[in-house]
Amino acid sequence: MRWIGNNTDLILGYLASHVWLSIVPTVLGFLLALPIGWWANRVPAVRGVVLSVGNVLYTIPSLAFILILPGVIGTGFLDPLNIVIALTVYAVAVMARFASDGFASVSPAVLDSARASGFGAAGLALRVELPLAGPVLLAGLRVVSVSTVSLVSVGALAGVDNLGRLFTEGVFTGNTAEILTGIVLVVALALVLDLLLVIAGRALLPWSAGARRVRGGVA
Amino acid sequence: MIEYRSVGKTFSGGNAAVADFDLVIPSHTTTVFVGSSGCGKTTLLRMVNRMVEPTSGQVLIDDVDVASRNPVELRRSIGYVMQASGLLPHRSVLDNVGTVLRLQGVSRAETRRRSLELMETVGLDTALADRYPHQLSGGQQQRVGVARALVTDPNILLMDEPFGAVDPIVRDELQAELLRLQRELGKTIVFVTHDIDEAFLLGDQVVILAKGGQRAQVGTPADILAAPANDFVRSFVGLDKGGRELHVEERDGVQVVVDAQGRATGVLKG
Repeated sequence: MRWIGNNTDLILGYLASHVWLSIVPTVLGFLLALPIGWWANRVPAVRGVVLSVGNVLYTIPSLAFILILPGVIGTGFLDPLNIVIALTVYAVAVMARFASDGFASVSPAVLDSARASGFGAAGLALRVELPLAGPVLLAGLRVVSVSTVSLVSVGALAGVDNLGRLFTEGVFTGNTAEILTGIVLVVALALVLDLLLVIAGRALLPWSAGARRVRGGVA
Repeated sequence: MIEYRSVGKTFSGGNAAVADFDLVIPSHTTTVFVGSSGCGKTTLLRMVNRMVEPTSGQVLIDDVDVASRNPVELRRSIGYVMQASGLLPHRSVLDNVGTVLRLQGVSRAETRRRSLELMETVGLDTALADRYPHQLSGGQQQRVGVARALVTDPNILLMDEPFGAVDPIVRDELQAELLRLQRELGKTIVFVTHDIDEAFLLGDQVVILAKGGQRAQVGTPADILAAPANDFVRSFVGLDKGGRELHVEERDGVQVVVDAQGRATGVLKG
């Protein structure tokens, strides 16, 4: 406990950096995956390619990926951008599959009826398909958010400041308090982000929460 | 007036759903397409709002070929009700009713006012306005579907087996409601069903379709019953097994009408 008290500035600095290193790739990955998933749902051939490429990307070991990136895109070896780009790639790889499944989950009858009512192509995609894919998109976003928070720690091995540094330094100096602090904060951050997503889902998809309650009530 | 001029539709698989179909649908009346599944009745209906494009021939509304109209604008100008209502699950009842008004750029306040008015017109409690479709019964959902189709006050209303998925009691109710609405509103209704009783109840003009969209017979229900064009029609409307034969029995000077099963269904008035 004394160690924590003496190092609050350090810990808060790592925490802040961990937060934005987690949020930026999650948001970017989500936004990039939406059009990819929508397209994949339209064209079966695209879906096949997206799913295989996603699987292959996800098998690249994260540490190797982060270390190779500077050589590929010409960033500095210790640049946080390496982590942001690597984690965005992982986020897209996972999220595109969820997005494709989400758009596939929209009832064809509802789409047909919306088209017959006079929705144009853009209105159909943004005001019918996107919100109705919402529950599956949210499920995917929760997976991506938690896995990104945990993957950021790996960046510590590539010299980027974040909560992962508490593990590496703690192991190096044999400081158990430091290691435990790192673990607790990473888990807490993952839980808080997940909770925020659930709350956002309740607010943005009230019809879906209602559907769950009613189904539960009837059963 | 809606007019089909030698309309044909061959789907990409090569099977002809409809071939060389001609028909005139007079304004302010109800025309019912009736036939078994695969007779092309839904295909014909969906040609009116360009949800299906004919591969040959023309469909005209008031002498204008629908193919010359922007499909999105055309669809917004025509009411459409489908089986299981096709409501948007993520929007409240009120927003569902007002969908097309919002698409046409009508203000929120005006949309709300007209949507509530339409809910009353179709016999829906306005207390349901903030519910989501899945919180309503099948019959209520179908009324929302009708309200949504009527909210822009379109001249034409297309109804694709709208009452096919509700139980018989609710169906009777909805049919009676549609007859009442039609007496008040006088729309040009094109209605698709596989139920001949529903066709005879609702239709001013009934179009009996055989496989491949062939017109087996077109006429008023009375015309068809009086002079069925062929054996197919006779069997389809139930004249072949005596199911529609009524006869009169006298009881104490009153003439009682009795159906084929011997059930008394009414009395004959002079």
